[in-house]
Amino acid sequence: MRQDHLISASHLSREDIEAVLDRAADIDADPAAFRQRHAGKVLGLCFFEPSTRTRMSFDSAMKRLGGQTVDMGPVESSSVKKGETLADTVRVVEGYADALVLRHPSEGAATMAAEFVDVPLVNAGDGAGQHPSQTLLDLYTIRENAGLDDLTIGIMGDLKYGRTVHSLAEALTNFDASQHFISPESLRLPRNVRYDLHASGAQVREHTDLDEVLPELDVLYVTRIQRERFPDENEYRKVAGQYQIDSETLEAASDDLTIMHPLPRVDEISPDIDDTDHATYFEQAHNGIPVRMALLDILLSQDR
Amino acid sequence: MTDDHQLRVSKIRNGTVIDHVAAGQALNVLAILGIDGTSGEAVSVGMNVPSDRLGRKDIVKVEGRELSQSEVDVLSLIAPAASINIVRDYDVVEKNRVVRPDAVASIISCPNRNCISNADEPIQSSFTVLSDGVRCDYCETIVREDEVAANLDVN
Repeated sequence: MRQDHLISASHLSREDIEAVLDRAADIDADPAAFRQRHAGKVLGLCFFEPSTRTRMSFDSAMKRLGGQTVDMGPVESSSVKKGETLADTVRVVEGYADALVLRHPSEGAATMAAEFVDVPLVNAGDGAGQHPSQTLLDLYTIRENAGLDDLTIGIMGDLKYGRTVHSLAEALTNFDASQHFISPESLRLPRNVRYDLHASGAQVREHTDLDEVLPELDVLYVTRIQRERFPDENEYRKVAGQYQIDSETLEAASDDLTIMHPLPRVDEISPDIDDTDHATYFEQAHNGIPVRMALLDILLSQDR
Repeated sequence: MTDDHQLRVSKIRNGTVIDHVAAGQALNVLAILGIDGTSGEAVSVGMNVPSDRLGRKDIVKVEGRELSQSEVDVLSLIAPAASINIVRDYDVVEKNRVVRPDAVASIISCPNRNCISNADEPIQSSFTVLSDGVRCDYCETIVREDEVAANLDVN
């Protein structure tokens, strides 16, 4: 990777991405070879927002590389509660760790934090901004199941606030991928992501209805539409209901369709899909381990 | 043209005339340049002056101060047609257009209230200049050219 940090998927080149995915495949093939790779190193986990899978998978990935983790713990019991700035918090914690993972509710938090630290920093989600390590495991899952070139992908749900969507869409511009975005009008992609997609010359189409595009998709990436994005319950139910899928929806889909979801899901993917060959979201979540191991291995191995 | 606006705003002996400012932006021009009269310079402002090129324009004259190109380039974001005239002994000795800078810091605040640059952190706002707007270096929010004036943070 060219840079010391992983802040935004828009900074990643195809070579950067393939380096991580290839390393993840090596780890998947022979995890024992990496077991002591970073013995003695410590990863700092700074989560200013709740997280289950991202926090646990970084924790597990570091330990499987032979390293250890220190966790800031919940914000309620930390010095943040006393009014400490993020800039001060990361400057203190970098003294305890060889690399940092940061999740924060404000957009741009990781960009700012990276200005204040010398150790590698991974953005594990900044508000409605970016979530690039999720994207790497998404790309790994896509590569394993459908291939990253000559790909037709549908990305559905909350495209406006969904940080996994923003990162994935930008990263896919490095590949020969045709991207279809399916959402209600009010949750379309934000201006800056459209700008980047347009500037990269990506093949992009937008839809309000999944039926328009479902039969041609190789991958359908579903995200959750959150209640708090709507002014009232009725409006939310009406809109969210149009972006839920079940086995009946999939009758029009290709037999090879891969269905992904960053999880947690609520009711946007019916459990009756879980046992079909389409369902790839649990495999996707499990891929968080080899991909985050690969990412940490590359960041921690750089000559600094 | 020159005669027309000089009837309304008096000539200066030495200093800078910022001409062809988009109508209504003169006070923003002064704010961006940090000119508020407290340092004693004489400042004349013409607003909504008839202009062949712009229909209506604003004009700003600052006596006794020669503004540098880098000082005025930031004006290109709100007044892209502005011209900068350096005056010495009543003569225009230098005439320049504003040039778009690559980046601007602190004069614009990010309109995204959830951007870290709006939190209580030890940083200034920072934007990359695009062909038709600016982009926050922190949260990547794009502010279109016609929205820049509404997001100035200079007062």
